[in-house]
Amino acid sequence: MNLEDTFIIDGTPIPFEPSQTVLQAALKAGVFIPHLCFYPGLRPNGSCKLCTVIINGRHTSACTALARSGIEVENNTPELNDKRRLMLQMLFVEGNHFCPGCEKSGNCQLQALAYELEMMTPHFSHFFPSRKIDASHPEAFLDMNRCIACGLCVQASCEVDKKNIFALSGRGMASHIVINTPSGKLGDSSFALSDKAANVCPVGAILPKRHGFALPIGQRLYDTLPISSQTEFLTTRKA
Amino acid sequence: MSLVNSSAGGVLEPILERYSRNPRHLMQILRETQERLDFIPKWAVDYLAEALALARTQVQAVIDFYAFFYDSPRGKYRILFSDNVTDRMQGNTALLSRMLSRLGLTQGQVSGDGLVSIDTTSCTGMCDQGPALLVNNYPVTRLSSQRIDQICELVKSQTPLVEWPSEFFHVEDNIHRKDVLLSTEMVNGQALKHAIELGPQGMLAEMKASNFRGRGGAGFTTGVKWEACRNAPGQTRYVICNADEGEPGTFKDRVLLASFAERVFEGMTIAGYVIGASKGLVYLRAEYRYMLEKLQAKLEARRKTKLLGKDILGQKGFDFDIEIHMGAGAYVCGEETALIESLEGKPGRPRIRPPFPVTHGYLGQPTVVNNVETLAKATLIAQNGGAWYKGLGTKLSTGTKLLSISGDCNSPGIYEYPFGVRITQILEDCGARNAMAVQVGGAAGTCLARHEFGRKIAFEDVSTSGALMVFGDNRDMFEVARNFMHFFKHESCGFCTPCRVGTTLMCNLMDKIANGKGTGYEMNELSRLHQLLKTASHCGLGQSAGRPIYDTLQKFRPSYDRRLKQKDFEPAFDLDASLAPAREIMDRDDMDAHLGTDL
Repeated sequence: MNLEDTFIIDGTPIPFEPSQTVLQAALKAGVFIPHLCFYPGLRPNGSCKLCTVIINGRHTSACTALARSGIEVENNTPELNDKRRLMLQMLFVEGNHFCPGCEKSGNCQLQALAYELEMMTPHFSHFFPSRKIDASHPEAFLDMNRCIACGLCVQASCEVDKKNIFALSGRGMASHIVINTPSGKLGDSSFALSDKAANVCPVGAILPKRHGFALPIGQRLYDTLPISSQTEFLTTRKA
Repeated sequence: MSLVNSSAGGVLEPILERYSRNPRHLMQILRETQERLDFIPKWAVDYLAEALALARTQVQAVIDFYAFFYDSPRGKYRILFSDNVTDRMQGNTALLSRMLSRLGLTQGQVSGDGLVSIDTTSCTGMCDQGPALLVNNYPVTRLSSQRIDQICELVKSQTPLVEWPSEFFHVEDNIHRKDVLLSTEMVNGQALKHAIELGPQGMLAEMKASNFRGRGGAGFTTGVKWEACRNAPGQTRYVICNADEGEPGTFKDRVLLASFAERVFEGMTIAGYVIGASKGLVYLRAEYRYMLEKLQAKLEARRKTKLLGKDILGQKGFDFDIEIHMGAGAYVCGEETALIESLEGKPGRPRIRPPFPVTHGYLGQPTVVNNVETLAKATLIAQNGGAWYKGLGTKLSTGTKLLSISGDCNSPGIYEYPFGVRITQILEDCGARNAMAVQVGGAAGTCLARHEFGRKIAFEDVSTSGALMVFGDNRDMFEVARNFMHFFKHESCGFCTPCRVGTTLMCNLMDKIANGKGTGYEMNELSRLHQLLKTASHCGLGQSAGRPIYDTLQKFRPSYDRRLKQKDFEPAFDLDASLAPAREIMDRDDMDAHLGTDL
């Protein structure tokens, strides 16, 4: 291994290619860094902050930091994992996440990270926001209760599907996804289940209709192996 | 349908034409639309989206993001009370209640006849002459009970704003101490001539020799920034003047733009000359809308005298012009990349950095973003040279600093000091005799207690973008911190998790303590959240949001402790409050319908 082309995560040398980010290089090398708003092939968004690491003493998002030779990255440390757990708890109380009744359970990245980082309770009192379900589309539900405002559907729809169906609107706690139709309804858009945007949601905010629990909970993606052991899947997945 | 379209076109077409149907000007088009229609109706969103070839969601996202855009009627008179802590200290709460009861309204409600709505807004930059409010974005200063009653009558009689007494809208400069910037005379074009004599490289050398650092807060060396931009590859370059002075307690840029605008414009032109830009943009905060026409007239006069436009001062090929862009109520746009997003007609969410604006700024091109004061002072360096400027202030902080002083003092206003001045000196000069604390640098700044008043204003000691709020020994520093925390919650852009959710969680904790339900547990939680926000937030807003709490916890702990219950823990769930709907159904509010507060 050429030392010129490596950097260090928690003492382990990680090889990288030019223009790779710290997160991409780490996942490729089998080193897990928690993340929600990154998806292979899409531009890093840098908003969920779960991938916060310490690079040469500075806190930064691993998904937007370019890998450079010789940098030292702190990742799997009690301090950082405590912060990540705190942010997961924030996401859980900010929305309405009822895992036991959610079709995404077991395939949900938010839930998988909560197990991974041993989040035992939501800790804060729930905000219980009043959010809408859009069931106007024949093939898919849009359940805003579970939306974490990661922006992946926005980007996928705009840049990959070239449909520009979703957008992030509002400010602060009122940030929310809006639909680019005169009615604001998904059913009036050209959205299809085969769209990239339909398949990148890390939580269960966009779900297909009439596909309920085909695979039992307990046998799903993150039920069988913890998310930290699925780095290969996380780098190669294609929606 | 055709009727709607023709009237829509009648209102919107002239506005669209004025902005050449350029989607980059979306914010200005929306502002003018609202100035005509009092809000932005759905049909206008559809019409503008089509005319500008934008997704309607993009138009909607911009309306939703900025506090001063409304997609539903907010009344013919839209009244917003400035709610900075200084307005509170000047009694704005009682004045707000007075107006609400006189007009029979609750806060945020639109009157049944659609005439008026009353709410609060973040600091409007009138702290030296508050309490203040905005009516349809025009400031009314020095509010008193009498003035509130007069406003209520004017609203009830539906008197147009232009017929309101002009003294309502009078804004004083209140300059109390002048140093080199505020006392040096400048004939328009004089500094620019000097710069042209020096040439771009020579002027840049003077800037670097002065060791002059940006006055917006971060303190980056201005000459180095200009040089980086000048050397960055790109087709076009831009100079942006950041006049989005939103930091609570800051109003120096208001005074510079009101009375020293020529220096600001000339500084921008010099920056353009040095970096090779032909376009300058001023991002003016919505609260300073009242200055727009005056500033535009000044720009027009500069064009007429060849200080702007083509071949400036006869220099072949030196073309530069300035455009003013109004903000629409978003503190986060003071962050330079959020400001650039806003200039491009988008919600003001800060970009990922790097790349920095000097290489990838406005429209992806190399851009210098400078504070109003920075640009004004560049003219002084052009006039008198870098070596002269370097002799002022301290070694690491050369020159002078404008301070906006407000709060418990006899003479609030603008003070220009050489860097290195001690807090004690400032307090003496502004007549603050019983100060217990000063908040330097606004809500995101530093809270100093009495034992720290020997410290100096300088980048190497107490750094500031210019706000200095004085708190007398009768003030409650817990309430000061709580006011700032609510400010950050209101202004968080919502992009990143820690700031979006964390500012709300911290407000909830502060409110719980204020309600007498706090314990040691809440104190620990506040510290833990501050540590997270400080390190994991995307931009400076989130990183400093917990700072006022952290500082006051360290320095004014008794103001928290006296509110705490002597318990380890108190649940967040309030059983008595949750019985309110039941009481309402039963039409009861007697003692027996309440649970004891100490259950």
